[in-house]
Amino acid sequence: MKLKQLESHLGCLEQFSNPKVELEQYPTGAHIASRMLFSAENSFGDVSGKVVADFGCGCGTLGLAAALLDAQYVIGIDIDSESLELASLNAEDLELDMELVHCDLSNLVWKGQIIDTVVMNPPFGTRNKGADMIFLHTGLKVASQAVYSLHKTSTREHVKRTALRDFNARSAEVLCELRFDVPQLYKFHKKKEVDVAVDLWRFVPQKNQERV
Amino acid sequence: MRLLTHNMLSSNIKGVANGFPLGLEVQKFVEKQVDFNPDFLKNMFPKIEWKALVTAAKTMGYAELPEEVESSMLESEDFLQKFHHALLELHLEEGALICPETGRRFAVTKGIPNMLLHEDEV
Repeated sequence: MKLKQLESHLGCLEQFSNPKVELEQYPTGAHIASRMLFSAENSFGDVSGKVVADFGCGCGTLGLAAALLDAQYVIGIDIDSESLELASLNAEDLELDMELVHCDLSNLVWKGQIIDTVVMNPPFGTRNKGADMIFLHTGLKVASQAVYSLHKTSTREHVKRTALRDFNARSAEVLCELRFDVPQLYKFHKKKEVDVAVDLWRFVPQKNQERV
Repeated sequence: MRLLTHNMLSSNIKGVANGFPLGLEVQKFVEKQVDFNPDFLKNMFPKIEWKALVTAAKTMGYAELPEEVESSMLESEDFLQKFHHALLELHLEEGALICPETGRRFAVTKGIPNMLLHEDEV
């Protein structure tokens, strides 16, 4: 599938109608999601035929992008039941299978090394400090191949250091810098729309590490 | 929820040492056909907890999987088809997952298991 096709499929997905500020629910735009999964597949072969987990899947954009690129098995995990319902409807619309699990990622217990690749657009941790790093930590524990994630460019050094030193990542690489459009979703947003600079990361976990 | 997902999920209640495998309570299940991909199955085989899969499949009414397996069986198309069916085509739609240690039920609704914990379980 071409990048343009992928982006236009994702552009049709239903988004949150009343996002929850405490969960920092910002939709992952079709532009960013298609680029994340497209490079995961075309530069690294981390999607097609793989087991892919979407952490904090929201309405399912990243997971469904993986399914569109022929992931064999896709699992979306979210703490919010409304998001999961939306993800389920979006999967149905695209006639794709996506497994969904209602769970808080900070206490997910996952057996074995079945997951190949984790993709996520974590809460940036602006309102709930460190939330993105909890997602990343869990991702690096369960993925056997790679973790793709978005973090604010302003936190680049911190993310790199923490991933390598504390989360035992074998490598942590910024693939590109993107602009994340945050539309005016919440009352505390003063401007109509703001651009946030975010990094698209690829992390490689240690092989054969101990089970979670 | 399909049985590959079941093969990963574990009870996450604080203090539970052996939360795997979760028991299954089946109220409604469906079968959906998935394209057969032998390479995927061969790659997945060593990562699967076999006994948990056999037991879960039986609870879903599918008793065709052998109890004991070895990797030479992956040469058999017949075996791969059965493995494929159990792992990827059976969906638990309504029911529950049961913690093997405490008996706590995690409801499965519209195919989605709810693994959220109560405050006193974290």
